[in-house]
Amino acid sequence: MTIASHFPYEAEVIERCQESPTIFTLVLRLTDPVIASEYRFTPGQFNMLYLFGVGEIPISIVSDPERPGKLIHTIRDVGRVSHGFSQLGVGDRIGLRGPFGRGWPLVQLEGQDIMIVTGGLGCAPVVSVINYILRRRERYGRLVILQGVKHSSDLIWRERYAEWEKQDNTQVLLAADVGGTPWPGFVGPITVLFEHARFNPQQTVAMMCGPERMIHAAADVLVERGLQAWDIWISMERNMQCAVGQCGHCQFGSSFVCRNGPVYRYPDAGELLAKRGF
Amino acid sequence: MPDHSVATGFLAGHDFARLLSALAGQGYRCIGPTVRDGALVYDTLGGVEDLPTGVQISQGPGSFRVEFNQGTRHFDWANGPQALKPLLFTSREILWQVQRSADGELQFSQQDPEPVPTAVIGVRACDLAALRLQDRHFVEADVPDVGYTARRRRLFLVAVNCSRPADTCFCASTGDGPAATRGYDLVLDELDDGFIASAGSKRGNELLALLPLQPVSAEQRQAAAEATEGAVAMQHRQLPGRNLRDQLFANLDHPQWEVVATRCLSCGNCTSVCPTCFCYREVDQPALDRESARHYREWDSCFTQGHSYIHGFVVRPDTRLRYRQWLTHKLGGWHDQYGRSGCVGCGRCITWCPVGIDITEEVSAIAAVPT
Ligand SMILES: Cc1cc2nc3c(=O)[nH]c(=O)nc-3n(C[C@H](O)[C@H](O)[C@H](O)COP(=O)(O)OP(=O)(O)OC[C@H]3O[C@@H](n4cnc5c(N)ncnc54)[C@H](O)[C@@H]3O)c2cc1C
Ligand code: SF4
Ligand code: SF4
Ligand code: FES
Repeated sequence: MTIASHFPYEAEVIERCQESPTIFTLVLRLTDPVIASEYRFTPGQFNMLYLFGVGEIPISIVSDPERPGKLIHTIRDVGRVSHGFSQLGVGDRIGLRGPFGRGWPLVQLEGQDIMIVTGGLGCAPVVSVINYILRRRERYGRLVILQGVKHSSDLIWRERYAEWEKQDNTQVLLAADVGGTPWPGFVGPITVLFEHARFNPQQTVAMMCGPERMIHAAADVLVERGLQAWDIWISMERNMQCAVGQCGHCQFGSSFVCRNGPVYRYPDAGELLAKRGF
Repeated sequence: MPDHSVATGFLAGHDFARLLSALAGQGYRCIGPTVRDGALVYDTLGGVEDLPTGVQISQGPGSFRVEFNQGTRHFDWANGPQALKPLLFTSREILWQVQRSADGELQFSQQDPEPVPTAVIGVRACDLAALRLQDRHFVEADVPDVGYTARRRRLFLVAVNCSRPADTCFCASTGDGPAATRGYDLVLDELDDGFIASAGSKRGNELLALLPLQPVSAEQRQAAAEATEGAVAMQHRQLPGRNLRDQLFANLDHPQWEVVATRCLSCGNCTSVCPTCFCYREVDQPALDRESARHYREWDSCFTQGHSYIHGFVVRPDTRLRYRQWLTHKLGGWHDQYGRSGCVGCGRCITWCPVGIDITEEVSAIAAVPT
């Protein structure tokens, strides 16, 4: 039996945490013990979370793959379904099906230097990567984290960034389009950060997510700096109804983001990414 | 190995009802073409008298007219707006339901589909080609669609080779018609006084054994072959090639996209009638007492605003981008995803477009292959 189908299973909220005025985290547990014991995922994959009587939305799994009993989802309250989720508390039940899609190639990348680039609100898919690497720090080389936000107040987990920065061989750079006080980072688009990033393009693999225009601009800069386009991975977002490659909503050129993505090698998405309308 | 491709015989016109009763005798509900409200719809057949007789259909861009001739034939026309799609990939269907208990526990359940075995009379070659594609999408998938698969398994297909294509048909250019070559249980060639019936499956063979068949004469065979040749010759529309993927993706900024967008209403008629379009959305419907909800899927179209909506932004806000998405997917992306183009040349999108946009003309303007 696989739970990654059209059919949801019940999950219970076992912890809830408000991260910012609009962002919150739900820790979920599948209530059916058989289903729970069979559930496995890789970072970068997502679940379809169902709110009773309202609908389903795709949400990345940010917890650790070796602890599949506690599924962590960090959600921004933006609309119908996500707002409903923001109202839930411990003990509430929702529906869950997944995991869907292809995640980040983290095992394959052991030994490499890693650069993480995230912009706008698109941080959830790479948070799973940061968490994963920091728990297995010795398996990876240098770690560079570049985070851009619109407004300095959009940055959640400031303490975590400060914590990450203190680790060996790790660099954390922040940029906000609109800075506030106090703001430890730079002011400007995320691309200003590349001038300050110290990395060896010969042995670095980049993982990015965020607005597609930002991804495109950032990839251009990285390629200019000597990274192979092949060594850039991105995570994409499209409307998703089914998550199993059938409803057609996540169509992107010749692929279904829910199945062939959401994580792509940059050259597999690159050209269409620059075109409006795909 | 049983050889069932050879079973062939002539079924006289006055014995045609025996085909329907043989199918009914095997437990099939018979579905076939009927004339209703000036159109042609596939519906349950009470008997042969429900089939169109002496009906001809005149189709053109944005136009469909049922006309009557003095003939005795039942299938002297090409196709109506529906194909097999609505029978298998239904326009609205329940996927699962959920019950909420007083203390908030959720119980999800799914009904086991037990569809009535259905025989469809009058399936066209283009529809069989489209069915093959929908089968790949819904059945030969990582997660097969339960309802579609169950209905598909209980489907008996009686194809009829086309002798009078519509003005909008171009199946000869896509390689999908006008004669059915595979994927049916039975295929019929309609002649003035009856049918040449040939089996294409074991079930088809078994059915033929129940019918009063006569040997097929050389003249009858000749007449059928000529009808097919004639049906090819009658088609004057065509696509400029079988694989246009590279030309289309190389012409994403072609000015013709803008031109067609000034005419297209973004209504989605084309995607509804297209036998290969598979997009759907999911909708949750809570019961009034808030104790249960049903989760439905219903047809959707890449021509709608909601299709490409993601929070805060619409990937395809205007008609130019939507028409381009439709065409580049149908004639481009499909080659990578399903190994062939998503167009079987049925011409329905031309007939049922309210402003008469012609896919073959648009494609020829955008992706003409230099010869
Ligand atoms: C692979 C993937 C992973 C994601 N991971 C996260 C995450 O970890 N945290 C998070 O906060 N958000 C994530 N999102 C975005 C999240 O799915 C949307 O914010 C959410 O669908 C909005 O739904 P809504 O009903 O609250 O908003 P509304 O604006 O009311 O949207 C209505 C409906 O449109 C569809 N829709 C709207 N926005 C999106 C979208 N961005 N992607 C897909 N469908 C959408 C949904 O069906 C939704 O119910 C992810 C999206 C994808 C595709
Ligand atoms: S695109 Fe038009 S002609 Fe081609 S299969 Fe669909 S409806 Fe028929
Ligand atoms: S091409 Fe015609 S049928 Fe299709 S969306 Fe445009 S106006 Fe409607
Ligand atoms: S979400 Fe339905 S095809 Fe990808």
